[in-house]
Amino acid sequence: MSLAVAADPDAGAAGAAVATAPLASLSGIAKTFANGVTALSGCDMDVRDGEFLSLLGPSGCGKSTILRLLAGLTQPTRGELAWRGVRPELGFVFQEPTLMPWSSVFANVWLPLRLAGQSRRTAEARVMEALERVGLNGFAKVYPRELSGGMKMRVSIARALVTRPAMLLMDEPFAALDEITRGKLNDDLVALKCALGATVVFVTHSVYESVYLSNRILVMAAHPGRVVTEISVPAPLPRNEEFRLSAAYAEKCRQTSAALRLAMNESIADDTA
Amino acid sequence: MMASKVLNIILPGTALLLALAVWEGAVRYYSVPHYILPAPSLVATALVENWVTLFRSLYVTLSITIEALVAAVIGGVALAILFTQWRVVERALFPFAVVLQVTPIVAIAPLLLIYLGTNTAVLTCAFLVAFFPILSNTVLGLSSADHNLLDLFQLYGASRWKQLLMLRLPSALPYFMGGLRIGGGLALIGAIVAEIAAGSAGEGAGLAYRIVEAGFRQRIPVMFAALVLISATGIIIYLALAILSHLLLRRWHDSERERGT
Repeated sequence: MSLAVAADPDAGAAGAAVATAPLASLSGIAKTFANGVTALSGCDMDVRDGEFLSLLGPSGCGKSTILRLLAGLTQPTRGELAWRGVRPELGFVFQEPTLMPWSSVFANVWLPLRLAGQSRRTAEARVMEALERVGLNGFAKVYPRELSGGMKMRVSIARALVTRPAMLLMDEPFAALDEITRGKLNDDLVALKCALGATVVFVTHSVYESVYLSNRILVMAAHPGRVVTEISVPAPLPRNEEFRLSAAYAEKCRQTSAALRLAMNESIADDTA
Repeated sequence: MMASKVLNIILPGTALLLALAVWEGAVRYYSVPHYILPAPSLVATALVENWVTLFRSLYVTLSITIEALVAAVIGGVALAILFTQWRVVERALFPFAVVLQVTPIVAIAPLLLIYLGTNTAVLTCAFLVAFFPILSNTVLGLSSADHNLLDLFQLYGASRWKQLLMLRLPSALPYFMGGLRIGGGLALIGAIVAEIAAGSAGEGAGLAYRIVEAGFRQRIPVMFAALVLISATGIIIYLALAILSHLLLRRWHDSERERGT
């Protein structure tokens, strides 16, 4: 059973806004690691300009590998990754905050600019702006150890934003956080994305999170990893509590859950095959 | 907090004083001859009477130990960087480092004493034992940098040099400090072992030689006095390195986190 391009009544809505070619397109991508594990096989997908795109799937479906391919941290074994023009400036946010514990919040956010050769003085305004965007004014001198999990993640996001990237790659950034912190960070992230007009590729295994955040959800199956279903969520960003309580949200969650369950069944069928 | 810190000093202090009092009392009560077990008061007297000789020897041993430790830090860290930057070098040289580590220093000392001058041989022995823990801990630390951070450095196009300077070296610092604390203690042991093997007399003789010499002359109180100074040297090295470690790591590393906060 192939669901590579499943029919979706709403698929045209988000697509209509984008007239030009996709920002990035992956075609026939396969990735096999040195230990013989196949993370991706025959994976096709596009990333469109300015959208919030979620990659949703069971563990082992190669979601993170797609982010690493987009970031240029690894190369595909087969297939092609094409950018429209040159690859844009990227920001990467990992599942863990991944901060340098020996550096202050300021020095952590400064890092990408520092590696690009900017002195502390030159970078200061940009670093402060990034900290302000994530709501961490006044925390520049604090060390990561003194921050809560949610605040560390905010520092991590500020670090990704400091280069003013056109595209943010996020690998389950809020998975380790409690529900309350996570909800707040979700809203703040969408607000940031809208303010900056950036494209976001967001890996998650939460159906509700993906529906709440995304313009478009790509549901993936594992063994081997590939995209099996595309779901569009037409409500405009940013969204609010009202959307979370709407029938449209409930319907999208149901639809996405069903697609995910189907993808999981396919994964298991592949396992036994 | 404060009360528990005071207790940390008072409790061992009291225990030490009690032990010394029991020792003193037992020696007097049973009239133990001083050439078998001198009372603490007699050891203190010997320490004061022989202060000039002992102090000069303490200076010799301490400076050799510190020189050896400094050399071991420079050599160990430099080699660790070579090892982690060029794996070929590690594969070629690491076995030799292990050979040096597993061969007991007492067995190497006599040979070194033939090839080198006494002080250089003692210095080399102290260096050899302090070198390995610093090398192996630093290698471990340099290769333990967070792999997500390594990815981040790659994403932002950091050179190998910047990766080493800004990521690998700071990551290695807690491991290095652990190696340094082991190396500090071992450098003293290495110096003492080599001094005993050397058995050299005269101006440049260290504390270990004072023990050997006093042993020949049956001056047990002086042996104890030299022993007290060697222990004190070890304690001073340990404390100095512990304080250094605290100063370097207290802002960020869990090993220096204050308990109970």
